[in-house]
Parts: sequence; C-alpha cells; structure tokens
Amino acid sequence: MDMEQLLLERTNRRVVARDPRSTERFLDLYRLMWRIRAFEIAAEENAAAGHIRGMIHSAVGQEAVAVGVCRNLLQHDLITSTHRNHHHALAKGVDPVAMMAELFGRDIGLCKGKGGSMHIADFNVGMIGANGVVAASIAIAAGAAQALRMKGSDSITAAFFGDGGMNRGQCLEALNYAASYRLPVLLVCEDNGWAATTRTSSVSAGPGTTARAQALGVEACSVDGNDIEAVDQVARELIGEIRHGAGPRLLHCRTYRLRGHTCADLAAYRDRSEVEARWKDDPIERCRSLLKELAVLPGRIEAIQVEEDLLISQAVAIALAASWPDVNEAFLDIQSAGALA
Amino acid sequence: MSTTTMTVVEAARTTLQDEMRRDSDIWVLGEDVRHGGVFGQYKGLVDEFGPERIVDTPIAEATIVGAAVGAALVGTRPVVEMRFSDFALSAMDEIVNQAAKIRYMFGGQGKVPVVIRMPSGLRGNSAAQHSQSLEAWFAHVPGLVVTAPATPADAMGLLLTALRGEDPVIHLEAKELWQISGEVSDDGPSVPFGVGRMVRRGADLTIVTWGTALHEAIRAAESLGKGGVSVEIIDLRTLWPWDRGLVLESVSRTRRIVVVHESVRDVGLGAEIAATVAEELHETLTAPVRRVASPRIPVGYSPSLENAYRIRAPKIIETVSSMLGIEAAGPFATSPASAVSAQY
Repeated sequence: MDMEQLLLERTNRRVVARDPRSTERFLDLYRLMWRIRAFEIAAEENAAAGHIRGMIHSAVGQEAVAVGVCRNLLQHDLITSTHRNHHHALAKGVDPVAMMAELFGRDIGLCKGKGGSMHIADFNVGMIGANGVVAASIAIAAGAAQALRMKGSDSITAAFFGDGGMNRGQCLEALNYAASYRLPVLLVCEDNGWAATTRTSSVSAGPGTTARAQALGVEACSVDGNDIEAVDQVARELIGEIRHGAGPRLLHCRTYRLRGHTCADLAAYRDRSEVEARWKDDPIERCRSLLKELAVLPGRIEAIQVEEDLLISQAVAIALAASWPDVNEAFLDIQSAGALA
Repeated sequence: MSTTTMTVVEAARTTLQDEMRRDSDIWVLGEDVRHGGVFGQYKGLVDEFGPERIVDTPIAEATIVGAAVGAALVGTRPVVEMRFSDFALSAMDEIVNQAAKIRYMFGGQGKVPVVIRMPSGLRGNSAAQHSQSLEAWFAHVPGLVVTAPATPADAMGLLLTALRGEDPVIHLEAKELWQISGEVSDDGPSVPFGVGRMVRRGADLTIVTWGTALHEAIRAAESLGKGGVSVEIIDLRTLWPWDRGLVLESVSRTRRIVVVHESVRDVGLGAEIAATVAEELHETLTAPVRRVASPRIPVGYSPSLENAYRIRAPKIIETVSSMLGIEAAGPFATSPASAVSAQY
C-alpha cells in the first residue's frame, strides 16, 4: 500500500451514516465559513482602500480547515496560529468587530492596536496568539499543553501552522518535544501548497508532512482540507483521542491558497489556470452543495449569508469610526519592572 | 537578623527550592536538570519535586524557551535552564520575538513570567562558544529584564524577585562566581529589580560594575585605598532596568566615573551608562568617562589568550590612576578565580 493510501485510511473510515442532527451542525459550520470569507473579503477591500495599513494574509479558500478543527474544540481549549490566522481566530469564537478594529489599528481593537493582523489574540476565547514567525506557534502550544496538564486541566491545545513551517527546525523540535512528553496537542498542518512565493514541494524532501510526524511516532493523517465534512469528522476523532491521553496527533489538511501570500501579492509566479482550477474546489461551494444534499432550502442558506455579511459590514463601520490609540499607549504593556507609571 | 554563609550555587538552589515549595506553579525545564544541572544548581531537586516539575528536555533550546512561553501564558512560572548563555543564541527568536513581545503585541492580555537562567562568562578555558557575556544583547530588547548577581545574597534576592514577578527575566549567572561564599540573610529578602548596591563609599571616583568584574573592582579599590585614593563602587545587579538614580547621585559627588565589565567593550552596556552620565552630568565631570572592559575579540582557548579578554584589577588601577593624574601603584598580582572566591 503506498503512503498516500495508508494516510487516507482514516479519512476513508469516516464514511458513516450522517447523524440526523447533522443538518444543523453543517449549517453552523457553513455560517462560520461564510463569516470568515466575508471578513477576509472586507479586509482585502479595506487594505486596498488604505484603511488597513499593514500586511494582511488572506485565508480565502482555507476556511474549512479552521472551522472543521475549531468547532470540535471546547471553549477552554486553546489555539495558537500563524501570520495567516483570521480564519482560526474567528472559528475559535473571536469577536469579528474587535478583530476588524485591530486590523484597522484602532484603540478598541483586540490588542489595543498594538498587534495588528499578524498578532491576533483573544485569551477570553482560548486564542492565545497568532505569530508572525513561521512555526513559532508550535512550541508555545506544546508548552501551554504541558502546563495545563500539570495543573490538572483537561484542555487540549491546537497549533496551526503551514506547509512552509514544516521545514523549520522549530517545527521538528516541537514535534519531538510534544511526542516525548505525550502532550495533549493537535498539530494542524494547513497545507496550502505555497511557502510565500515558493512552491513548497519544490523545497521539501521526503514523502511529506505526515511521514515526518510518523517518523517520530506521532499518529498523523491527511484529509482533503476543503471538505468540511472530512475535516470536521477527522478532527473530532483526533481531538477525542488527545483528550483521552493518547498524546499528540498531527492533522494534515490539503487545501489551497486562492490569494497571494499577502493582499499586495498578485501571485504572478503561478499560472492563472492553476488558480482557476482550484476555485472549482472552493470549500464554501462544496459546503453549500452538501447542504443542498441535506435538502436545506436555499432561503435558509441565503439568510445566513445576509446575517453574516451584515455583521462584517457593521464591523468595518465600527472599526472605521473608532479612534487611533493614544500615543501614550505605545509605552504601556511592555514590562512590569521599571515600567512608566 | 540572623545570617548563614553559603556559596552562590547554594544560595540559588535554596531559593529555588523554597519558592517551589511555596508556589506549585513554579517548574523547571532544561537539559540535564534532573541530574542536577551542569553546575549543581538543581542538585537533589528532582527527589523532592519529581520529574513533572524538574523536567529534562531534549537538546532543543528554541523549543525549550518556546514551550516555557506557552506554559507562562497559561499561568505557570517556568524556570528555563540554558546550560550556557551561548546556547541561548539558538533560542533568540523565542526570547526576543516571543517572550519579550507577547505582552505588548497582545495589548497586555498575556504576561510571560519566565526566568531564563544563563550561566555566563569565562570559566576555565572554555573557548569562544562557552564563555560569552551577552548582557548587552538582552538589555537592548524592550520587554526583558536582565539580572547579573555577583554575590550569594544577590543570587538569592534577584532570583526570588524574578520568581515572584511578571516579566521574562534573563538571569545571568557568572560561572566563575558559583563557588564564592558570602553572608545570606535567613529570611531571604528579595532584591528589587532596578536597584543597585552601594558596595563601598568613596569620594574621588565612582566605579560602576556588575558580575565577575565587581570582585576585581573591589581588589583595585582596596589597593588604591592604600595609596590614599577613595573609590566608590556600585554593583548594578540589575542591568535592565539599571539604577540610573544611584549612578547619577554617586557621580554628582565623585565627579568621575569608570564603568567596568567583563564583556566586550564596544557597543556594550558600559557605553549606555557612559552616555547617560555624559548627557546628565557633563558640567559636573572633571574627567572624561572611561570604560574598562573586554576587547572585541572572541574568547580564546589558551590561558594566555583567554586572559586577553579578562578584566583584572591592575587595568582598573591604571585607568583610575590616570584619571586622577597620579602614578599607578606597583605591579599587582593577577587574580585567578580562587583568589576571587577567597574574598567571600
């Protein structure tokens, strides 16, 4: 059996009869995916208009990974994320208004305008930090999991990272660390195929992400990351195993970055035909097809979209109207010793 | 107030042990800590606290510090053993971009009370990758506290403050000072960050120093005293935030200052202190600010090469004498580590 077949074994096992309540669940997942898509498009538009100043990394096309994983986490579970983190944060329950305001750099932002898009955090919902350094979020997640276990908590921690991150020493170090102590961590490799402007496969040796994890004894599986049902089901299984003390698991989600690396990147280094083909695999379209299969009336889907679009347009309006942080804020939250009074 | 005589390594170990008894959120992670650490700093602790709180790690400095950051964010107080400060360079992203920045980037949502212990400086011909003193690197980074105890009492007091504080602390422990002895108060008082210690009073000149160099400065001052020169010595103890008030008050009286440190002089921390004094007390100074510090060379292996980096009393005496326009006293015996330890 070749490696890919082996890895997909778990995925194939998922084909079970759908729970009668699954319609409501998929509507919930769809709502979040749509929220993320609307948020990202609004962010892109406002970056183009100059309202969002810094770099943003759009997650358009990668919504199913975030939603499928985070909707299987509990409120007191934690996540860490990367420079491309909006979808993870929203899926974990971060308020889109405070998050949009953070992208706008306003004082009511999640991080008081100090972090911006790459440093989203909301400790109240277990989002303990996005990270601007590739693969840096994994060790932080491992340490959080280790400490929570020490304190007797049943929380688990999910670390999102990209395919590019798999080539960092920090990723391999942290994978070994998590495995050595059997830490309650879900490592989610969101493989969008591109490490900034470089095709990841062109600079990555060996049979792939899951094989690297398996080499360290970490059970790993690969799923179609644009299939919300697959991500949802496999993530639920893995999270259940982790919570019952099985140690770390790695979930490799195959998806695609439909946008450039940043919103300023037109991605001219790849064929337009490649991107057009990938749009046919849009996870939101696929989820909508699933809802149709489940006989959900189009009106219900439409209503969800309208509600979420309204929420995001309100977030933009609130962010635009909010104030810049007071300049004194630049000198606060640095450290306690010797801090300005 | 009763006191006990102990070495730096004993003071540090006792402090950690007492704090771990008091606070179950304190735990240690690093290489070979169950074995007691390279210098015996953790000797016996695993017997009392078990392998869950005295955690041996893989040789993976980046992940050790990264994990400590995550553990701190969820409410524990990790103590990281870096083995040698030189090895912290493998964890600079985790120290500089993560530990130091998270509180700020997230708008104050998370604090990172991590104590990163770094055995630092020269120790017996360890050559270029096991001998560095990198305080200037860390003091440069907003968000970090940098401590450099030079006595058993400060080894205790500063570690205590670090273990009860809210900041990531780079705790530089001079390897040549592990075995010096001194009086330590039995009630274990903490030493606040940013408060220097007036080691001796003097009228003619102020020496500002820290770490290993403190002990050479004391020898120099004693020798100069015999010639009638009255030298004041300040041990900064905390390198960030450093005690500007104490230094400026002293220099406003003595009107002369030499900064002494056993780490590279160029773009070093001494330059920051010199610049501050020059900015604040230009009219008061009767001599240019001087620095006695290591040359900008990697530390060589051979004793003759290593000594080129070392800061010794004769060089301090020579510099002080020239500032005061007097002739330096005769040849001064060089000071091996054993002579340093004999003073305490």
